[in-house]
Amino acid sequence: MKKSGAEIIVESLIEQGVDTVFGYPGGQVIDLYDALYAYQDQLRHVLCSHEQHACHAADGYFRATGNVGTVIATSGPGATNLVTGIATAYLDSVPLVAITGNVSTNLIGRDSFQEVDIIGVTLPVTKHNFFVKSIDELAPIIHQAFEIARSGRPGPVLIDVPKDVQQAVTEYTPLGKAEKYVEKTVNSRQMAAAVEMINESKRPYIYIGGGSLGADVPDEIMQLAEKIDAPIGCTLMGLSAVPTDHPRYLGMEGMHGHYASSMAQHECDLIIAIGCRFSDRATGNVKKYVPQAKILHLDIDAAELNKNVSVNLGLAGDIHDAVIRMLDHVEEKKRPAWHQRIADLKQEEMFQQEQLANPHKLTPQALINEVAKYADDSTPIATDVGQHQMWVAQSYPFKQPRTFVSSGGLGTMGFGLGAAIGAAFGAKKRSILFTGDGSFGMNIGELATLKATGAPVVVVVFNNRVLGMVRQWQTLFYGAHYSNTDLHDRESDFAKIAEAFGVPGFKIDTLEEMPEVIAKAMAKSGPVVIDVKIDPDEFVLPMLPPGGSMDQIITMREEI
Amino acid sequence: MDKKKKIEKFEIACLVDNSAGVLTRVSSLFTRRGFNINSLTVGETEDPNISRMTISVFGDEKIRSQCIKQLRKLVNIRNVKEMMPDACVSRELALIKLRNNSQTRPEILAAVDIFRCKIIDFSPNTLCVEITGESTKIDAFLEVVKPYGILEMSRTGVVAVQRGCSYLFEDDLDESAFMETDRTDLIA
Repeated sequence: MKKSGAEIIVESLIEQGVDTVFGYPGGQVIDLYDALYAYQDQLRHVLCSHEQHACHAADGYFRATGNVGTVIATSGPGATNLVTGIATAYLDSVPLVAITGNVSTNLIGRDSFQEVDIIGVTLPVTKHNFFVKSIDELAPIIHQAFEIARSGRPGPVLIDVPKDVQQAVTEYTPLGKAEKYVEKTVNSRQMAAAVEMINESKRPYIYIGGGSLGADVPDEIMQLAEKIDAPIGCTLMGLSAVPTDHPRYLGMEGMHGHYASSMAQHECDLIIAIGCRFSDRATGNVKKYVPQAKILHLDIDAAELNKNVSVNLGLAGDIHDAVIRMLDHVEEKKRPAWHQRIADLKQEEMFQQEQLANPHKLTPQALINEVAKYADDSTPIATDVGQHQMWVAQSYPFKQPRTFVSSGGLGTMGFGLGAAIGAAFGAKKRSILFTGDGSFGMNIGELATLKATGAPVVVVVFNNRVLGMVRQWQTLFYGAHYSNTDLHDRESDFAKIAEAFGVPGFKIDTLEEMPEVIAKAMAKSGPVVIDVKIDPDEFVLPMLPPGGSMDQIITMREEI
Repeated sequence: MDKKKKIEKFEIACLVDNSAGVLTRVSSLFTRRGFNINSLTVGETEDPNISRMTISVFGDEKIRSQCIKQLRKLVNIRNVKEMMPDACVSRELALIKLRNNSQTRPEILAAVDIFRCKIIDFSPNTLCVEITGESTKIDAFLEVVKPYGILEMSRTGVVAVQRGCSYLFEDDLDESAFMETDRTDLIA
C-alpha cells in the first residue's frame, strides 16, 4: 500500500512494538505529528515540556521495562536539545531510537532556518546514526536502527529525516520486528580457564554491573554466588539486579560504596566481573585497585576488556550464555574463612551505621525508608544526580531488577523527572523520583507534563538549599570555599510551585510531621511533589578519598 | 622499558561500507578516544560497495588493542586487521618538489637513481620527484634531499596488504587478543 514517509515512520514504530513515544513538535516534524494524529489509537505520544526531558523519558521507559525507548524532536534546536539525553543513554548503554526532523533535502547545507547537522553533532554519543536521503531507505533504516539499538552492547541510535522525505509517498511493505543479532559466545577454552580460576580461588567476589541486567542473569548470578560461596557486590548501574536483603549481597562499591562491599573487594583474591566497565568512579585509584586480586572480566563488548584496568582473563561474548555455562561447570565449594570474613565485615558495617544513625533528626535515610513503605517490589525508583542519588543508591531497599532508574555514566542533573515519567508510562504504575533542589531546578518545567498526563509520579525533593555534592567536596578539599554552591538566596517553595502547575504539593520541615505528610501525599493517585527540608551539611558517607584505594574508605566524618 | 608501554607506529587495515560519513565516523572515533593518527588512506575496492582504509597510528600496546576493538564496533566497518610488518607488503607514494640548479642537479639525480625514484616534472629552478616504497624509504630519501631545499611535498600515507594467501575478508577475531596474563597497570 502507498504510504507517506511520516506514515511509514509511525507504522514502523508500531511494528517494532513501541506503544509510547515521547517528544515535542516543530516545523520539520509537522508531517510526522500529522501521522501521529491519525494513528493516535495505536501509538500514544507523550508531549513533554522540553526535548531533553522527552529523551530522558524514553530512557526511563527503557530502564523500567527493558523495551527500546523512542523520542521525536524537530530539527535544529529540537534536535540539539536531545543531545544531553542521548549522551546519558550512551554512557549507560541504553537502547533508544531518536527521530529528528530536518529541513528538506534541497535546503540542506544552506544554513536554512532551524537547520543543524545533528548527525555530526551526535556522532560521538550515539551507537550509530542515520540520515535518510530518500523515502526508499526509510523503512529499512528504522528497522536497522532498532536492531542496532537492541543488539550487542545496546545504545542510542538517531535517525534524521528531512521534511520532504516525510512527505514523499512510496509503496510500503512491513519488514517485521527487528531481532537482536546472534551474539558471539565465549569459547570453551576460555571458559575452561575461567572455571579453573574460580575453582582455585580462595576469596572470590562477584562484581556485577548494568550488563548483568541487560543480559537478564541476576538469578543465575545469585545461584553462582551460592555455589562458590562468594559475596556479590555491584556498581551503581548494577543496582537492583540483586535484592538488597539477599544474604550474599554486600551492596554497591566505589566512590560512595558500602563499607563491606568495598573492603571485600579490596581483600578478595578473584574478582568475577560481569557486565561492568571499571569506571573511574567504581575503581578509585586504578593503580592501587584491588592489588591482591586476579580479575576475570566478562562483557558483551570486547573493547571493555583491558580498557580501564588490565585483567587476567577477559571473556568477550554473550553474558547470559557465559554465566549459565560458568554456573554449570564450577565446583561447588565452601570457603569458610572467606565466608567468616564477609560476615565480620557486614557486622562492622552494621555497627558503623548504628553509630551514625540519629533517630532524632530528619536524615535522608529516614526519609528514604519512610517513602519506601509506600512502594511495592516493582515500583520504579528514579533519581536525579548528586547527594540524594548516592543516598538512594546506598540505602533504598531494592527488590526487583530494573527498579533503579538513574544516570550513572554521564551523571546528568535534570535526568530524573523525565525519566520518572517515562518509567511510570513504561511500568504502567506509580514511580517515585528522589531529587534534589539543584537537579529539580533543571527539569521543573516537566511538572506541566505531570499535570497534563496525570502520570502517577511521586516527586520527593531533598531540599538542602545547597548543591550538596560539590559543597561536600568544597568542605573537605577546598577549604570550605562555597563557591556558587549556596542556593539559600534562591530558596524556592517547591510545594507552591507544584500547586501553581496544578500538581498537589506538600512540605515537610520536621521529622515529627514526616510520616503523616508522606501518608497524605501517597494517598493521592496522581502526581505529587513533596518538598522536604534537610540539613545542608549532611554528607554522603562512606566515601573514597581522591586518589585513594578501596581500603582507604572513609566511613566517619571525623576520619577526614 | 616495559615492552607493552613502548610507543610504536602500527598499521590497521579496514574494509568499510562505501557510504557517506564513514571517514568522519572513523576520524571522530580517533579524536574521541585520544588516538593519534599518523596517516589515513581510503579508496574503493574491487567491490564498489566497499572501501578499504589503511590507518597508521602511534601508540602503545593498550592503544593498539583499543584501536582495533573500538573500530570493530562501528556499524559501517566490516573487517579490521592489524597489518603486521613481517606479514605484509606496504607502500607509500610521495611527490617532492625540490630546488634545482646546475650545481646540485647531479647530486639530486644520483640520489633519485639510488632510491629508484622518477623525475616527473622539471623546470629551470625546480624538479619534482615521485618516490614509492615503504614509509621508511621515503623518510630516508627526504633526509638525503633536505639540504637541497624541499619546496613542497605531498605524501599519500601507507597502503598495505597481507602477503601470501591471507586476505582481509577472513574472520579475523583473534581470541588471543582477549587473553592477558598479568595486571600491568598496578603499582608494584
